[in-house]
Amino acid sequence: MDFGKLFQLIIAASLINNFVFTRFLGLCIFFGVSKKMETAVGMSITFTAVMVISSALSWVVFKYLMIPLQLEFLKIIVFIGIIAAFVQSADTIMKKISPSLYYKLGIYLALITTNCIILAVPLINAGEGYSFIESMAFGLGSGIGFALALVIMASIREKLELADIPAPFRGLPISFIVAGLIALAFTGFSGLITL
Amino acid sequence: MAHTNKSNWELIKNGMFSENTIFKMAISLCPSIAVTNSLKNGFFMGVAVIFVQTMVNLTVSLIRNFINPKVRIPIFMLIIAGYVSLIDMSMAAFARPVYKQIGLYIQLIVAFASIFARAEVFAVKNKIMPSVADGFGMGVGFFLAMIVISFFRELLGKGALWGVPIVPGHPLLIMILPAGGFFAVGLLMGFFNWMDMKLAARKAAQETTR
Repeated sequence: MDFGKLFQLIIAASLINNFVFTRFLGLCIFFGVSKKMETAVGMSITFTAVMVISSALSWVVFKYLMIPLQLEFLKIIVFIGIIAAFVQSADTIMKKISPSLYYKLGIYLALITTNCIILAVPLINAGEGYSFIESMAFGLGSGIGFALALVIMASIREKLELADIPAPFRGLPISFIVAGLIALAFTGFSGLITL
Repeated sequence: MAHTNKSNWELIKNGMFSENTIFKMAISLCPSIAVTNSLKNGFFMGVAVIFVQTMVNLTVSLIRNFINPKVRIPIFMLIIAGYVSLIDMSMAAFARPVYKQIGLYIQLIVAFASIFARAEVFAVKNKIMPSVADGFGMGVGFFLAMIVISFFRELLGKGALWGVPIVPGHPLLIMILPAGGFFAVGLLMGFFNWMDMKLAARKAAQETTR
């Protein structure tokens, strides 16, 4: 197994092609949960875990069920089905096995299904023809990238609460502009690694 | 929102302005930045969303009496994914150059909160005509938002509209970069909030003088 390539994939997915700042996915959640550091961290952990597992699951289904049956055109429906089913079962299992963890992270699980990154990663994996390990690495990288974006944003927004912002810009509009500035900084990562 | 008694026109207007998906509700934001770097992309994305939103509301409303509330979420998901696949494949066939740029985002209409939300809060509880009107209004609201954002971004970033050069000279490259998308949406959102405040203040002033 070529670890160098995997490492590159993780770095590329988390920094260079950061989902939030260069592909603009998962913005609803990004702006929704980045108000407080605590929720941002909870979301990041849950998100990264779900990301890795669901990209593994959908890779298996795509490779061993859909390609042999020539059902590739159904990939949108199948992937969203897999993710919804997985999130739902994770929710139930977590409630049974570890209620304390469930009370901390359960609400984020329910929110995750509406996150477009979770669907984009399997779709990109299928489109690029990544292997099993590569798919998981890509999922992990995307999760880390999203976590990084959330934590940066949350720490800025906690400070913004105290700032004197013109009334029409309070809340979301100023967050967008902050996100724009961070995105500008992230453009600096482009060309770090060429895949 | 229970059973509605608004007229169809009011429903359409509601979706277009007072509950505009992007500027007012701030959901389904991803494509508002991702595909608005040119007017053409924004236009096609908007059309796709109008179609999906209207058809999903129509379908959900048609079968609303047969859906068991316990399994409604997977059912909605399947309906939405069906229509998205339809538009995804037709676009891949008929609008190849545009599809190459925005294809991924068309597929991701499935995960749009706004479409799901309208099915959940409106279409399951209402008759067919109001549901279609509501879906259409929401779709058009999204479409307008896309047009406005992409209009400014392409004009400022490339000095062109629909690929036709209009302003000569060096445009502001930043507007078509990712960062510019965030700036454009943030500034426009601020502008609409400001307009709302002005309108509300004027209304209040009129009422006090009366």
